[in-house]
Amino acid sequence: MTNVSGPETPAIVAEDVRKAERTDRVVGTIQRQGALAVLVVVVLIALATFPNFRSFDNAATILVAAAPPMLIALGMTFVIITGGIDLSVGSLYVLGGVLAAWASQYGILAAFLLPLAVCGAIGLVNGLLIAYTRMAPFIVTLAALLGARGLMRAISAEGSNTYLVQDDTFRKLGNGSFLNIGYQVWLVAGLVVIGMVVLARTRFGASVYSVGGSEDAASLMGVPVRRTKVWVYVLSGLLAGLAGAINAAKLGSGVTVLGTGMELDAIAAVVIGGTLLTGGAGTIAGTIAGVLLLGVIQNLINQVGNLNSNWQQVISGAFLALVVVAQTYLVRLRRVT
Amino acid sequence: MSTETVAARPVVDAARLKAWLPKYGVYAAIVLLVVYNIFFTPYFATWSNLRIQLIQVAPIVIVALGMALVIGTEGIDLSVGSVMALAAAFIPLYLGYGVVAAILVALLAGVAVGLINGVLVAKVGLQPIVATLALFVGGRGLAVVISEGKLVDIRNPDFLYLGSGDLLGIPVLVWIAALMVLIVGFVMRRTVFGRRLLAVGGNRPAAELAGLPVKRVLITVYVVCAVLASIAGLLSVARIQSSDASSVGLLIELSAITAVVVGGTPLTGGKVRVLGTVAGALLMQLVIATMIKHNLQPSTTEMVQAVIILIAVYVARERKTR
Repeated sequence: MTNVSGPETPAIVAEDVRKAERTDRVVGTIQRQGALAVLVVVVLIALATFPNFRSFDNAATILVAAAPPMLIALGMTFVIITGGIDLSVGSLYVLGGVLAAWASQYGILAAFLLPLAVCGAIGLVNGLLIAYTRMAPFIVTLAALLGARGLMRAISAEGSNTYLVQDDTFRKLGNGSFLNIGYQVWLVAGLVVIGMVVLARTRFGASVYSVGGSEDAASLMGVPVRRTKVWVYVLSGLLAGLAGAINAAKLGSGVTVLGTGMELDAIAAVVIGGTLLTGGAGTIAGTIAGVLLLGVIQNLINQVGNLNSNWQQVISGAFLALVVVAQTYLVRLRRVT
Repeated sequence: MSTETVAARPVVDAARLKAWLPKYGVYAAIVLLVVYNIFFTPYFATWSNLRIQLIQVAPIVIVALGMALVIGTEGIDLSVGSVMALAAAFIPLYLGYGVVAAILVALLAGVAVGLINGVLVAKVGLQPIVATLALFVGGRGLAVVISEGKLVDIRNPDFLYLGSGDLLGIPVLVWIAALMVLIVGFVMRRTVFGRRLLAVGGNRPAAELAGLPVKRVLITVYVVCAVLASIAGLLSVARIQSSDASSVGLLIELSAITAVVVGGTPLTGGKVRVLGTVAGALLMQLVIATMIKHNLQPSTTEMVQAVIILIAVYVARERKTR
């Protein structure tokens, strides 16, 4: 809100407002498209320096590897825009994978439906607790992290029993490709487009933004604050479970050890993509750029043969710090003008 | 007249229970569990069992103390596990120069991480969860890079004494944890810094208006938290007798946050319950121990932990709204 009061003459004020608006627009664009710009730069440098990066196969590999994180980050974007956070997605991802592998003995439909049902239900519990008891999302989803991991271990005989995928169609879905691009990538791309439309064009999307902007204002305007909150956690749970299922299809088994720290990778990708952790602002396009950026960095580190793969974590961490610091200054710049 | 109405009330009325539970519920739960175990768990009430439990909980208590201080400023520190890993990575590299040198380097690593976190939170103005997320991601990677991903056995007897030695019949680890509790408790109750910390956490704008050195307090808190984590890291190395940067302190941030929250420190800042935090860590340890002794699987333990966290926060929430 620009406060137009004071001794200045209207003409000067109007000029100031115009100038402020221009700065605002420029800064806003940098903030929203920053990750995309960095991604383009990194990819261009990589194309110039790494011959192996240039192949179509490599690009397809990056996309396939990025598919599960992309789904998780997609749900996380909705959650974070409402001003919340979901720490349970890493556990739900592993749980979803184990459930899908187990259920695949009853056919492909079961392999999808069981993880979606269970992970969606845990998301629902998260959402109900957060929306109706006003407990902090951080703690509720932390408890869900533990609970979901416990459940996963319980059904996999304390993590010692790895279920192999029994259904051939399901396994083919994880490894097959259309136009040389994995089925998973197509599926994820479809869901991302749907997510974009929902967030940008529907009443629910508008509610998500307004809950994150100001809960009080949103409820005064008649936005169903609680219902919106419940749904974003359900969505996040569903997508994490689905990500686990397609990963199980790819690996041919439900692996019990992956997924720790996955929630924080997703948060990092969302934040790098320009979504503010304070809620109220953010885009899915940014999240795509964030996920791909982390994926490309990982891919490049693999390309440099003698580089320890642990450097990936170091570089991701440094990158994250850099981006959030830059973002904070950009936001401040906007507020000042 | 008012005395009459008070006397007419039942002994356990809901309102009083609501005020009592968040404060003393964790202690009551510990007492109940201990009594249950004494009667129903074989070999529970033995000195060797007590020793094992205390040795296991000591690093968590030390990390949770730092976490409680950070949470008292309305912050959170996700990087504590990575700090433990960093400390663990440095120990074998510098033990050749003596135990003191190795410990100093490990502590310095903590100071460095704490400074980065603190500056990002206080000066740059990042949200604590984001500021510490960067080092959560990068710190452990760095630790693994430093240690070249190797698991190193530690043989230095002086250093191992910290992890497996006894002093007056009590494990050195437990003495160190107790000392940390005393120091943090003293700082919170008796020093200007403790009061400033609470003021910053309770109402930061007001603290700024009152002329308190808010940024310095915040940076100090993150440094203290990281140093405590590096102490826990080097003690873990001394206890396990080997250094493995990829596993030391894994997921300890969750245990620490749980201990703090179950101990009754609100996530909204302005309040730090030091003894409650210790009790929170002890309760979680006791729950795990009880379930293991009764042959329940770790999976069940995790689900029970989840429920305890939710109950603790729910109870604390009731008090806040009143």
